[in-house]
Amino acid sequence: LSRYTAITPADLDAMLDAIGVGSVEEIFERQIPGAVRLARALELPDGQPEQDVHAHLSALAARNTSAEDELSFLGAGMYDHYVPSLIDMLVERSEFLTPYTPYQPEISQGGLQVMFEYQTAISELTGLPVSNASTYEGPSAVAAAAYLAKLHNGRSRIVASAGLHPHTMQTLRTYAHGYEMDVVEVALRDGLTDPDAWAAAIDGDTSAAIFALPNFYGAVEDAAALSAAAKAAGEDRGKAPVVIAQADPITLGILASPGECGVDVCVGEGQPLGNRLDFGGPSFGFFAAREEYLRRMPGRIAGETVDIDGRRGFVLTLQTREQHIRREKATSNICTAQALNALAGVVYLTWLGRDGIVELGELLLARTHYARERLAAIDGVQKLHEQPVVREFALRLDRDLDAVRRRCIARGVNPGVDAHALSGREDDRGVLVVAITERRSRAEIDRLADVLGAAIAAERADGDGDGGASNGASNGAGASSGQAAVA
Amino acid sequence: MNEIDENHLHADPGIDGHHPHHGAPTSAAGATPLQRERAQTIFQKGARGRRAFLCPSLDVPAADAEQVLPTRFRRREPARLPEVSEPEIVRHYVGISKRNFDLDSGFYPLGSCTMKHNPRLHERVAALPGHARLHPLQDTDGSQGALELMWNLQEALAEVSGLPHVSLQPSAGSHGELAGVLVTRAYHEDRGETRKKVLTPDTAHGTNPATVTMAGLEVVKLATNDDGGIDLDDLRAKADEDVACLMLTNPNTLGLFDPNIEQIATIVHGVGATLYYDGANLNAVMGLSRPGDMGFDIVHFNLHKSFTQPHGGGGPGSGPIAVSERVAPYLPVPVVKREDAADGGAPAFSLEHDRPKSIGRLRGFHGNYGCFVRSYAYIRSLGGDGLKDASEVAVLNANYLLARLKQKGVAEYLPLAYGELCMHEFVLSGGPMKKQLKIKTLDLAKRLLDFGFHPPTVYFPLLVDEALMVEPTETETKETLDAFADAVATILREAAADPEIALSAPYTTPVRRLDEVAAAKQPVIREALV
Repeated sequence: LSRYTAITPADLDAMLDAIGVGSVEEIFERQIPGAVRLARALELPDGQPEQDVHAHLSALAARNTSAEDELSFLGAGMYDHYVPSLIDMLVERSEFLTPYTPYQPEISQGGLQVMFEYQTAISELTGLPVSNASTYEGPSAVAAAAYLAKLHNGRSRIVASAGLHPHTMQTLRTYAHGYEMDVVEVALRDGLTDPDAWAAAIDGDTSAAIFALPNFYGAVEDAAALSAAAKAAGEDRGKAPVVIAQADPITLGILASPGECGVDVCVGEGQPLGNRLDFGGPSFGFFAAREEYLRRMPGRIAGETVDIDGRRGFVLTLQTREQHIRREKATSNICTAQALNALAGVVYLTWLGRDGIVELGELLLARTHYARERLAAIDGVQKLHEQPVVREFALRLDRDLDAVRRRCIARGVNPGVDAHALSGREDDRGVLVVAITERRSRAEIDRLADVLGAAIAAERADGDGDGGASNGASNGAGASSGQAAVA
Repeated sequence: MNEIDENHLHADPGIDGHHPHHGAPTSAAGATPLQRERAQTIFQKGARGRRAFLCPSLDVPAADAEQVLPTRFRRREPARLPEVSEPEIVRHYVGISKRNFDLDSGFYPLGSCTMKHNPRLHERVAALPGHARLHPLQDTDGSQGALELMWNLQEALAEVSGLPHVSLQPSAGSHGELAGVLVTRAYHEDRGETRKKVLTPDTAHGTNPATVTMAGLEVVKLATNDDGGIDLDDLRAKADEDVACLMLTNPNTLGLFDPNIEQIATIVHGVGATLYYDGANLNAVMGLSRPGDMGFDIVHFNLHKSFTQPHGGGGPGSGPIAVSERVAPYLPVPVVKREDAADGGAPAFSLEHDRPKSIGRLRGFHGNYGCFVRSYAYIRSLGGDGLKDASEVAVLNANYLLARLKQKGVAEYLPLAYGELCMHEFVLSGGPMKKQLKIKTLDLAKRLLDFGFHPPTVYFPLLVDEALMVEPTETETKETLDAFADAVATILREAAADPEIALSAPYTTPVRRLDEVAAAKQPVIREALV
């Protein structure tokens, strides 16, 4: 008997007898050619009792510095928001945790109703009428939106703002190669997508125009202006592209919704909505659009109907879009998505509620504004731009950022993300991206200011030999502190 | 002897003497409590001003609103989210959870999905703050435990697959497929070749052809031979210099191991194409046969299937890929690297991004780490021998259930579509049942709901008439398998007496058969709010 199996010797005898074979080996020998049967044992550590596995996994966890172990201002795509305890309880319920995709709707009404409620919440948040039941995560949701655009208009050019998260841009390029599409990057000016370059980049072959809200440097883009400009430029040159926004959902409580700004498709990373950091996943991607794109949406969609007795019920609908029906003509290859994470998302939005999401947004706005002013007052620190910010902002330091970050971390404060380590852009050398959540109090922001100020002063005192000009010299890809570098 | 013909519904209940579900209702005379409870969404509950969330107090100076965020950027109407108290939220979601069937409650032999037990240890270790609250952009120094875990998992997957290079990045099986096909494409392009065709058998999962199109390549279908394997003549005819890849599941979706796999590999490699292994059925062969040894270049794993990540009602999943030397340079980034310390100290782990020939990134950050924690815990719990044992028992259970169904007389109406034995799953054809008993596979599936079982996968693979695809997995007891076989036999007996019982089933579920056509015709996919 091994772990989690239940066949006793007596069972085995009876079962082999019923099958009509002498041994389990015989079942394999009769089916798998000898040349491709593994003649040795797998070279893996021996199996262990539960408590030993727990101890091993605990020891590995103890070697990580989590958001409990330091004062963390890391963001840039995932954020240390508070996850209410009722989410833990609900996602661990067997009824949500252990079924699969609701192929049998009569016994899956719970999961299907969750999807329907989730779609409603995402639709409300984005201001767009249709939502699917989840995609994998943020950057690949942007790539999926570009595929929708390709299916919709058959054109081959993707215009993408440089304000997209570097991982989004990299993911988009990977997928675009498969789609046989080109990605044209539009630079930023004063922290925002350059409106002139944006309009100029959109030609008659532009399939999709994509920007981030807020962008990677925290700036709130003028979504209405970008949408209008993209459509006007496209119409001048034939036909408007599909305008796609990658939005941070937690900011949509106070920001004008993408739908009301004229955006066609709004996608994004759902982690801020009640999901754990989990070193980057699993979380969920959300995907909402205007009605006309409904039949080109990727992934599962729950719809309302009635049963033969007239009772309200829910089913997976519009399945003729999907791979298991449409095969090579499907709107996407996605099958398993992120249902459990989307459940956490809709429970979180319900917990915040209609007023709560606005209050939380206002708190983030106020603290982020406070933190930006406080940090920009430090000698050697400048705001990267003056645009409005909601929950994250970028600073430029005049000292070696890698060294400054190390000094802060040594004092228990992680000041944020090194933008250059993530993007590889020369312009991003010395740029620190600082994230604020409701878990970071004013006192903690003040502590960040003190520690960051001291670190910069110490660098200046120490490093006059190589001075500010050295900024970035040890800060590039493969830097010793090893924050994720780019290819 | 055929028990079905001899024992009509009213005749001999003795054969089902220990059957826990004997006497499932055969009509919908009175509604069950869950049926009386009509579905109401959270948006239809609560009242204006009700709340669960208490916002932390504003501890920074109030700033000028217009200056901080000008009105033109501000939302005019709030998102109409629910307004409910915390107790209402709990009652609502606990209530609707009871309208779900789940693996912890009963047998779930959903073919191709490997619904094996999900140990709760995995949830406990994944929730440790060192894993759950670890930020993905934490510095390498501060994430050594996570990177070591990922490296160990990469090594284990390489050993199980027989392919040495692993990327953990893909988010699910279909994402792994896309990674694999893009890797193949990059491999050929790097050699100056633009190969356009990807061969997929007609038994393939739908994700295979859908992926090929997304990767900018074209699907060419391969026929299945009389034994359920690849038709070698068809393969030889279609394998040419324009073929980039053959995507194969082995054992395939018929639950059969293709005995010609070595010849298939030779033919595919002979024209310079790659061989891709869809790992959805890996649970049949762990520790027994390895895709790398069969000649495959690329394999994707479904951690949520073979390595027991809970399925979550449709995700999260995780779909790492392992590849051979020749396509290794094209793997997605990042991959985890290990460097041994010169002084014999602890090795250092890091994320490697600098791989010039890589296809690039497929998503944000490093993959579904929370899933890695669970699957790694599983591998540590079982060890190499345990993984092999899991596959052996999975195959034993499938063959036993197949034999048991035959003993019960089911085979006459639901014969095995191909072969005699099976691997971890088998596919029956409901064709004779439909003809002789006047009920379809769908009706059998719906009637199984009244017996407390999740039905097997239905109507897949497409080439089997009225297909019923059964995957019991290794974590089920013999008693459960017996009870399931009894239930199927009982349903067939019922149908012989009165097909209407199955045609109108189910009777006991929270809702009965739903009108899917109406749902698709006039889609209502969100709650209407006032």
